[in-house]
Formats: sequence, structure tokens, C-alpha cells
Amino acid sequence: MAATSTIAARGARRAALPASAGRASFAGAVRSEFTKIRSVRSTYWTLLALVVLCVGIGALGSYGHLHDFSQMPAGGKTYQRAQFVAQAPMYSLFGAILGQLVMAVLGALTITSEYSTGMIRTSLTVLPARGKVFAAKALVFTGVAVVVGLVTSFASFFLGQAIMSGQHINTTLSHPGVLRAVIGAGLFMAVCGLLSFGIGALLRHTAGAISASFGLLFVLLVLAQFLPTSLANHVDKWIPFNAGSAIWERTSAEHLFSPWTGFAVFCGYAAVALAAGWWRFRTRDA
Amino acid sequence: MIEARGLTKRYGDTLAVDDLSFRVEPGKITGFLGPNGAGKTTTMRLILGLDQPSSGEVTVNGKPFRSSATPMRDVGALLDAKAAHGGRSAHNHLLCLAQTNNLPKQRVDEVLDLVGLSTVAGKRAKGFSLGMGQRLGIAATLLGDPAILMFDEPVNGLDPEGILWIRNLMKRLAAEGRTVFVSSHLMSEMESTADHLIVIGKGRLIADCTMTEFIAQSSGRTVRVRTTDPARLARLVTAEDGIVRDEGEGRLVVSGLTPERIGDLAFENAVRLHELTAAQASLEQAFMELTGAAVEFRAAEQRSDQDVLTGSGV
Repeated sequence: MAATSTIAARGARRAALPASAGRASFAGAVRSEFTKIRSVRSTYWTLLALVVLCVGIGALGSYGHLHDFSQMPAGGKTYQRAQFVAQAPMYSLFGAILGQLVMAVLGALTITSEYSTGMIRTSLTVLPARGKVFAAKALVFTGVAVVVGLVTSFASFFLGQAIMSGQHINTTLSHPGVLRAVIGAGLFMAVCGLLSFGIGALLRHTAGAISASFGLLFVLLVLAQFLPTSLANHVDKWIPFNAGSAIWERTSAEHLFSPWTGFAVFCGYAAVALAAGWWRFRTRDA
Repeated sequence: MIEARGLTKRYGDTLAVDDLSFRVEPGKITGFLGPNGAGKTTTMRLILGLDQPSSGEVTVNGKPFRSSATPMRDVGALLDAKAAHGGRSAHNHLLCLAQTNNLPKQRVDEVLDLVGLSTVAGKRAKGFSLGMGQRLGIAATLLGDPAILMFDEPVNGLDPEGILWIRNLMKRLAAEGRTVFVSSHLMSEMESTADHLIVIGKGRLIADCTMTEFIAQSSGRTVRVRTTDPARLARLVTAEDGIVRDEGEGRLVVSGLTPERIGDLAFENAVRLHELTAAQASLEQAFMELTGAAVEFRAAEQRSDQDVLTGSGV
């Protein structure tokens, strides 16, 4: 019975937990969610994929822009330079178009992995106040997504401008609207993640949530291309991608929303998804 | 203390839990017994607030668990050993749980040590064997030094050493004055651990009694006797401290005496016996008898057995 007596001896030490310890709190929930997100490898792989894809595609876009300009006759260069400079931020930030999808994967996984692994039952047993769990999870994800989104968009911008400086068509953050576009690209990707997080909480299924998010962000955009122009002019601006990307595409078409209005509309979509997810998380059996 | 009153859970047309009322008291191990699909896990999920009851209520220390300000101090529950993210290390799994309730960080190392997982604390949970996963789940339940512990089929798939370990742990936790509520579909498992039994079948309460009462009710030491003079034999048996139940038409069911002793008594007193059978009912069978009516698929199974027999006869 050696094993039993060891356990008994260890038990004596275990009883030493002070009576005051062990109150659940929102701050505790936030610390816990941060531990969760930082302690699985998928977070790092996803974020690495985000940075590499975004910065890489921005660099390719910038190189293409540079190439187009360099192929022009000297007269055309003089005439078109201002327009190329105006488009310089957009080309360097072009990676956000794929970055949004990677962020959507991370957003969905943050909540659906709790369901696929069964962890949700443990999470809600140690903290049955579901509002706290959901809010803490959303908050921690938002923090990570905003920081990584901004780091990615600034890195994309600076690398892109460095490439385009070869033909002096680069721009700087001090030009009107440029800083807004760079910050906007980072925020846009973060909000994509939140939209997907909300859908994840609603569907509780990784593949389903990612598919639905991709559908909203990407497939809808493609489908809208097939609309007749008269209709497209009214519908286009409401397509989530068009609304959300207005903030980082410096040249916006006449029939689209202005940058901040578009971004607000996009945030509205994410808010609806989050509210729906929150409702299901709060009220339904786990 | 856990208290259920009229607890009912309906999934569509199925009643998973049907008007259950019971009380789980501190300081002892309460076994929660029932065949697979009887509603044990659903009941535990209702206690924890993972599911909302369709009607009725269940309280933990007098209030619904979802309103607990100190959930990990109140309850440690292991519903499913796999309820952890496989990509997270044992240490980080326990850390993220402890943080929600602001438990000191060193608790994680303490409970890892307690369940014997210290050496694999940094390993990811997906590499764990079933037994190690079970230990990790138990470590999580002990983090908050809780007054109530709930284990759903804790010995499922464990080796004998693991089973013994969990039994001893539960006994010690109960001896420390905690409420221990443990489910199983195996009577034999309860036999060696539980002090009190709550038996359910098809979501309904079948028995709520002490282990001793349950054994007395359904012990294997009963003898079936058929005689021409039941009244006289009953008197003889009662005089020897046996317990007699008269089933009519000369049939008696006797407990407390061996078949040999009953046979001798009858012979010495010239009572004519037509049958003397030691009932072989084990606790397992008693449990089957008690819950038999409540097992959903039994009737269908028997019917298909008969079909097979008829078929082979042709």
C-alpha cells in the first residue's frame, strides 16, 4: 500500500489552499483566455501564415506596380507618376485580401476548437458565467488580432514602399490618407477575424464556420461581379469585402462607401455575427 | 450538497431525465448507478449548468451552479477525460483553468504532483494514454480544493492499478468531508466504493438508499422454498433469525439462512419440501432486475433473439 500512503501524504499538503483564494472574475477569465491562445501551436502557425502571406503578396503587388511603371515610355512616366504614387499604398497592402482569410481561420478556431476538443465543457464548468467566458475570449482575440494585423500591415507597407522606391513611385505615412489606409488594413483583418469568431460561436463547428466566413468575405465578392451594372452599383458597396476594404484601398470608386463609413458598415456585420454567437453561447446547452 | 427537485430534461421527443428528485450529501460517496443511456451524464450536465432543465431545478450548495462566485471551490467535475485541447500541455491546460478562478499558480504543480503527472507536465495532452488523460482530468477537478466532486464513469478504460488509485482517492475525499458523486453503469464498481446509491433507469429514479439497504433488498443470499406447510416452515426459519417473504401458493423466499440449514430444519421437523433453490442473484443481477424494466432496448433485443431461434428451427 506504499502508493496509497504517498497519496495520503500528498493530500495533507493539498489542503493548504487559503480560504480566500478562488473567486472567479473577468480579469481571471481574460488571463485564462490569453493562456489558452498562447499555449497552442496552431495560433503561431496561423499567425506566421498571416504575416508571410500578407507581406509576401504585398511585396509581389508592389513589384508588379513597379514593373508596370518601369515599362512605360518616359512621357507616360511624367504624366502618370502621381497616379502610381497614389496607388502605392494599396499595392503594398494587397496581401490583406488573403490575410483576411487567415485571420478568419484563427477567429473561428479560437472558439470552435473548444467544441471540437470538448474543452468547452471544462471551460464552462470552471467558469459557468457564460457571458464572462465569451467576452474574455472575444477581448483576447481582438487584442491579438489587432496587434498582429497592425504589425502585418505596417510591415507590408514599408517593404512595399522600399520596393517601389526603385522608380520613385513610393509614398510615406505623412501623405494624406496613407496612415489611415495602413492602420485600416490591420483593423480590417482583425474585424474579419471577429466576424468569423461570431460565426464560430454560432455554428460551433470549425469547417462550417470557416466556410461560412469565406463565403461572406470572398465568395459574395466574386458573385457580385456577375450582377448587371445597374444593380451592382447599388449592391456592391454593401458586399462585406467592399465595405471593409474601402479603408485601405485609397482609390475608391464612386458607388462605394467612403473609407470610414464602409469600415463602420463592416464592423456592423461583425457585430451582428458576434451578437448571434453570443446569444447562442449564452442560451444554448454546451 | 447537491439537490435536485423534479429535474426533467427533454430532447425533442425523448425524455432523457424524467422528474428526478434526490439529494447528494457530504462526507460520503454517493454512487449514481444506471444502465448506459439512463440519463446519468445528462443529470450531471444539468447539475453543472451545461444544460438547462426543461423543468424542475437542481442546486449546488443551495443555489444554481451557474450563479456560483467560486465555481472551482464549490465543484470539481470530470465528465469526460478528453475534454481538453490536445495541443495544450498538461501544465498550461491546468493553468488556464486555475486562472479563471484566480487560484494561485503553484496549485497547478501541486495537483500535477498529486496525480503523478509532474514528469509529463510539459507534454501535450494528445500524447497521453487514457489513464494519463483521466489523471489530468482529475487533477483539474482538484485545483480548487472543492467541497463537491463529480466523476462520470471515472474508471472506464482504466487498468486495475488506475481503478484502485481512483477508488482510494474518492474514499479519501469523502473521508475529508467532501461530497463525492460518482456515476457508473457497473454495480461491481459501486459495491467497492459507494456508501449511498442513487439508481436511475430511463431517466427515472429507481432507488435512493444506502448501500447496506440496497444489498439487503437484493442480496444474493436468498433461498427459494416451496412447501406444503409454509406457515410452519416460516415460523421455524424466523426462529433461527431468517427473514421470510411469503409469495403465496406455498412459496417462500428466505434470506439469512443457507439452503443446507433450511433443508435440515425441514427434515428435522418433518416439513415436506417440493423445492429448495439457492437464488444465484448477484448484485449485478439484482441491479438488472431493478433496472430491467427501465432498459429501453431490452424488449426489442429479446424479440430479435426469438426470431433467430424460430428461424433456426425451420
